Amino acid sequence: MVVQHADPAHEHGDHHATQSWVKKYLLSTDHKIICFQYMFTGMTLAIVAGFFSYVFRMQMAFPGMNVPGWGLVTPSDYNMLVTNHGAIMIFWVAMPVLIAAFGNYLIPLMIGADDMVFPKINRLSYQIFLLSVVVLFASFFVDGGGFGGAWTMYPPLMAKAEYNLTGAGSSVFLLAVALEFVAFLLGGINFVTTAMNARAPGMKLYDIPIVVWMIVIASILFMASVGPLIAGAVMMLFDQQLGTAFFDPNRGGDPILWQHLFWFFGHPEVYVVLLPAIGIVAEIITVFSRKKLFAYKTVLNTAIGTGILSFTVWAHHQFVAGIDPRMANIFTVTTLIISIPIAEMMFVYVATLYGGSITLSTPMLWALGFIGTFLIGGVTGIFLGASGADIYLHDTYFVLAHFHYTFFPIAIIGTYAGLTFWFPKMFGKEMNETLGKIHFWGTFISFNCIFIPLFFTGMLGDHRRIFDYTNFPELTTPMLENLRAFATLSLIVMLGFQLVFVYNFVTSLLWGKKAEINPWRANTLEWTTASPPPHGNWPVLPTVYRGPYEYSVPGRKDDFWPQDAKG
Amino acid sequence: MAEHASHDHAHEAHGAHAHHPNYVKIWAILLVLLIISVAGPFLGIQIVTLVTAFGIAIVKAYLVVKNFMHIDVAAKLVTYLILTMLLFMLLFFAGAAPDVMESHGSNWEKPSWIAGTAHPEAPAAGHEESH
Amino acid sequence: MSAAADRPIATGRSATGMPTGRLAVWWIIASEIVIFGGLLGSYVMHRLAHDAFAEQAAHTNTWIGAFNTFVLLTSSLFAVQAHKASDEGDGKKAARLLYYTMAGGVIFLVVKAFEWTTEIQAGYTIASNTFWSFYYTAAGIHAAHVIAGVIIMGIVAQTAKKNLELQRVELIGLYWHFVDVVWIFLFPLLYIAK
Repeated sequence: MVVQHADPAHEHGDHHATQSWVKKYLLSTDHKIICFQYMFTGMTLAIVAGFFSYVFRMQMAFPGMNVPGWGLVTPSDYNMLVTNHGAIMIFWVAMPVLIAAFGNYLIPLMIGADDMVFPKINRLSYQIFLLSVVVLFASFFVDGGGFGGAWTMYPPLMAKAEYNLTGAGSSVFLLAVALEFVAFLLGGINFVTTAMNARAPGMKLYDIPIVVWMIVIASILFMASVGPLIAGAVMMLFDQQLGTAFFDPNRGGDPILWQHLFWFFGHPEVYVVLLPAIGIVAEIITVFSRKKLFAYKTVLNTAIGTGILSFTVWAHHQFVAGIDPRMANIFTVTTLIISIPIAEMMFVYVATLYGGSITLSTPMLWALGFIGTFLIGGVTGIFLGASGADIYLHDTYFVLAHFHYTFFPIAIIGTYAGLTFWFPKMFGKEMNETLGKIHFWGTFISFNCIFIPLFFTGMLGDHRRIFDYTNFPELTTPMLENLRAFATLSLIVMLGFQLVFVYNFVTSLLWGKKAEINPWRANTLEWTTASPPPHGNWPVLPTVYRGPYEYSVPGRKDDFWPQDAKG
Repeated sequence: MAEHASHDHAHEAHGAHAHHPNYVKIWAILLVLLIISVAGPFLGIQIVTLVTAFGIAIVKAYLVVKNFMHIDVAAKLVTYLILTMLLFMLLFFAGAAPDVMESHGSNWEKPSWIAGTAHPEAPAAGHEESH
Repeated sequence: MSAAADRPIATGRSATGMPTGRLAVWWIIASEIVIFGGLLGSYVMHRLAHDAFAEQAAHTNTWIGAFNTFVLLTSSLFAVQAHKASDEGDGKKAARLLYYTMAGGVIFLVVKAFEWTTEIQAGYTIASNTFWSFYYTAAGIHAAHVIAGVIIMGIVAQTAKKNLELQRVELIGLYWHFVDVVWIFLFPLLYIAK
């Protein structure tokens, strides 16, 4: 039936190609185009944030150096760079790419709908997001430079211009973050309602692919957690601009309140970006081990459980902030508990791999790389979740290496996994496997070379916020200096390997082999339409007859069984 | 398109809602409750004020949500959703209040909070909550 | 397919049995609950920790607060009657009732403006102390919702008048009732508990 679809689909695509370029690519309400808008904006910002990391890592390794491409890094430069590196990577890279781009692309295609249920709100969501990017960039150029008080925006650094020394920058930065939240609230409502209501006939709750579930749960987590921070952002803006004292203890406010408001959002936020990545990995692992996903319902319930638990752990970011020690006990316990569901998901993936006929294609390598690196991130989190150990390790490079071992697999490895996997569907071309594998191994090895040394410098006392270590004699031992330099050189190598990806991406897009409808022989619905799918996705919308993971079913000729195949 | 027909059909099935109760009656009850909640503080008894203020607010909110917003007609899911959100807020309160309400620690003390207002109690006394 | 160009088939589907628009508004309300919840939760923490909040709250005008509650409750009545009218297919009547609701919103805002002017002239500004900061912030965010509601209601009334998109009358009503419920809690928090 797939072949029957192909021809009318092409006619349909031609019909829409007559639209003007602006209408088709800038003002489109098509979920696939909006996915590309989010994805390319996110990737552009990843380049910006990656460049920032290069600049401040050079300053770390070679203090006082004239960094090529930037110049001398002043202390306020340094603060601005680390702040915006963190904020951009979380808010303007991980979220737009993992949730917005993949959510936009996959939800309608995987549930068999022709578009999102609110296409215009979807477009508005991207436009507001784009506005937030413009406002963010504006914050770099206002008087006093970009905000430099860390992406957590703690008061009094955030609240008082005489402390953050950035004048208007901090307010503009706050505005950019707020606009970004608005964009994702609109997008999230769209994702959730689409997945709830617009499923193809026959698709029951347990026939929804895991990645769709994960994006939906992530959107719900975002919606449920961001509210207090929105309220907090208004309070913070008033503290900055109207002279209120919500977070000023000298006048009756409380700076810890901001930390609670922020981390009540900030911790679920980790799972907001983690869950889509975990979902992408689930899809890839089942396809490339030709096996049914081990324990579908367990994965789903675990994800929901993780989501609920993620609301009970936030204060583990504040163990040294002077919070009530009795509460620190409770938050230690909940934090350690939340490692259980995550470990469970990892075991489920290993169980899926077990006994499968595994193909080590590029997407599969990324997916396996995700499991390996995220495991290290999760295990080191146990140390930090225990309040006793955290008091020693807090704000050292150990923390930094820990969360890069969680966020790098999520935002970078997860994205590359998804991108290489769905590239044939998105663009109708195949990527070069050899270059893909070179890119994978180059990135994977150099990533570990960056952050494993940082665990050790952190345990030896390297503090995150130090701009120039030469001011601290006990931190300028040759060993620490060598480790820092090694991490920095590894970063440059890793950034260099991204050029392989860019080259592969561009050349595949232009001259790549034309992709088939279903190159990976996968089950889910997006592989039953043309590559790339036409406007409206299918000439006739599909009907679903079975779950998404029926691979290697005994007694069938093919080792896959598409969800929309009748028999 | 076959789907369009079925979608129109779906609209008939779900789009038309259950009965519309007598809204004016509910509005009248709400106004009576409003009067009670305003009158409550005049008795000057703290506990009565609290009950008439917040107890009645909850009752009023319930009446509006049930009758005006028809939460009983919407899927059960919506009720759970709203309750979950309220639960999360309770959780936030429980986690944050012990810190925010603390007026002193072993090495610090929060200054008297309103500049220029004579505040009779010493801030470190710590039994402000006892009303 | 071209007939559905402006509205995809997906929009008309209803796997949960609830129309998509209504579902979406409930999600919006859910995400609003946590916005107001975070703010009011923070307020209650401060309120319980500081007796002085009661002294400050004594300067708010209960009568104005009560009048505004009355206005909002009444406008909610009009909103729900507009919903009833739209269910009966009477778009003209629904639009008229929506105009009454909007009038309620405008009266609320005018009274609020008068109240704030009086208070600011008496020296109670947003920067005076944390009670007034919370007072203006909470009521201000609520007022922003009232303004948004009035504007959207005007747009909905324009289409409802022509008997088009009548399901929107219910949706804006849902939102308006939520704004009303928020005020039902703000009223005792800011005005009564002294």
